[in-house]
Amino acid sequence: MSILSLTAVQLGQKIKEKKISVREAVEASQEQIEKLDSTLHCYVTTDAKKALEQAGHIQKKIDEGTLTGPLAGVPVALKDNLCTEGMLTTCSSDILGNFVPTYTAEAVRNLERQGAVILGKTNMDEFAMGSTTETSAYGITRNPWNTDHVPGGSSGGSCAAVAAGECFYALGSDTGGSIRQPSSFCGVTGIKPTYGTVSRYGLIAYGSSLDQIGPVGKDVADCAAILEAIASYDKKDSTSVKRESYDFTSALVDDVKGMKIGIPRDYLGEGLDPEVKSAVLSAAKTLEEKGACVEEFDLSLVEYAIPAYYVIASAEASSNLSRFDGVKYGYRTKEYDGLHSMYKKSRSEGFGPEVKRRIMLGSFVLSSGYYDAYYLKALRTKALIKQAFDKAFQKYDLILGPVAPTTAPKLGKSLADPLKMYLGDIYTISVNLAGLPGMSVPCGTDSKGLPIGLQLIGDCFQEKKIIRAAYAFEQTRSYEGPNLDRVKGGEEA
Amino acid sequence: MSERISDETIEYVGILAKLELSQEEKEQAKIDMGRMLDYIDKLNELDTSGVEPMSHIFPVHNVFREDTVTNGDDSQNMLANAPEKKNGAFKVPKTVE
Repeated sequence: MSILSLTAVQLGQKIKEKKISVREAVEASQEQIEKLDSTLHCYVTTDAKKALEQAGHIQKKIDEGTLTGPLAGVPVALKDNLCTEGMLTTCSSDILGNFVPTYTAEAVRNLERQGAVILGKTNMDEFAMGSTTETSAYGITRNPWNTDHVPGGSSGGSCAAVAAGECFYALGSDTGGSIRQPSSFCGVTGIKPTYGTVSRYGLIAYGSSLDQIGPVGKDVADCAAILEAIASYDKKDSTSVKRESYDFTSALVDDVKGMKIGIPRDYLGEGLDPEVKSAVLSAAKTLEEKGACVEEFDLSLVEYAIPAYYVIASAEASSNLSRFDGVKYGYRTKEYDGLHSMYKKSRSEGFGPEVKRRIMLGSFVLSSGYYDAYYLKALRTKALIKQAFDKAFQKYDLILGPVAPTTAPKLGKSLADPLKMYLGDIYTISVNLAGLPGMSVPCGTDSKGLPIGLQLIGDCFQEKKIIRAAYAFEQTRSYEGPNLDRVKGGEEA
Repeated sequence: MSERISDETIEYVGILAKLELSQEEKEQAKIDMGRMLDYIDKLNELDTSGVEPMSHIFPVHNVFREDTVTNGDDSQNMLANAPEKKNGAFKVPKTVE
């Protein structure tokens, strides 16, 4: 059995039992990167030497018995919007093309305390704005299942890297579906935790009221273990929540008897691909056969989530991205005439088209005369959407549905029509508006052989219910990875 | 096609956003923003009278602490990524004649 076929937790166990060394695990990932990443381009930055050095230090601590966690020695990939001290952090943008942070994000520090080995930084949509990883300033990432297709986004590099065995697990961030949608497209498992569960300190901000860091892994057990490692109360994040419990792995129980699961009828209507629909409903049937009570219901307001999201996220982005001005860090234009010209030219040359589009929209909806009509209207809509979920969770333990209306689209088909691309976020976006936890679990493939994701949504702080249902569902099928022998063929095609 | 965004509006938003757009980018921005706003107008179908705008999901309270210094000035780290620096400060173009 090759090292690469192991999950993160299985590898951690083998390292603990001294059957595999940390160095062997790191080298296995690096060989896979060497073999596949010129085609897939999951990474924007790797540091092989540093990772091997780290492997040595961590092996020593494991041998001494000072590192005993389930992920000690397991190699990880980090989305490139997570600050890493001494390692380039670009957000896949030209404006941060030379940015080497002097501090590390809290979620990453939590992993380091558990003995993670960092392989590198993964490609993403520029500033996490996009659904395909095609807005990256450093080139596209290809889907390991079919290299003519996108991996999804914005955490496309992280999800593709896990699927391709170029790391054992990864961190992503989710503002409107950016962990769940690429997890679905790449056939891996990802969690967007309840807002406030994972510290955002050191995560380069996009929409601060929506952003959450979360795990991407091969299976549910990996995701639970990773979430347990990264979640913490952090004074440095003013929206960090002190939770009663940070235990998630005890929810890995194969039992959904009596669990009440609601499927929003509004999630099954027009626009949903019939093959996705059938795979998701068949997953629901499986949970029903295992003893869950499953029924359809009307969630309502689903079509208002996307317009509300784009107002709120763009408004926050226009404010958050005002820090990129060519003064403190990042790119500064070469020729300018005075301070304001320097600001404007640095920003205009440093940001890509999708980022500019959202900064413009955000500046507009926050401008005097439009603030009430757009920004406050969107915040009122958000309150109604939250109420609709509150009502649903009075009746149900979980909400079940598709992650995305389709499987991964072909490369080059999405960016020409931004509005159409935004509509693909319809099932994921309201979860961020309401601050809820959501998870994507593989539930089959379509006739083209592309993976389909099942989404499980819980009430705030109910990650354990999601994990339990996802785990129970997962027991009915075995992990299926992409056929990586085809990856090289895709390059020629 | 939406004509709701005027040249003046695009100029004004460009000033707010601190972006310098080419003529071509401005024309595209007018179309893109117009289309998005047409779509966002869907929110007007909803009656939100009496609904409080929700900026945070959880109640957020001010957190107070003693004003004690716990870190150093960290100026070396602060300046480490500066495009230009001089005498321990960020260097910017001359702003006052």
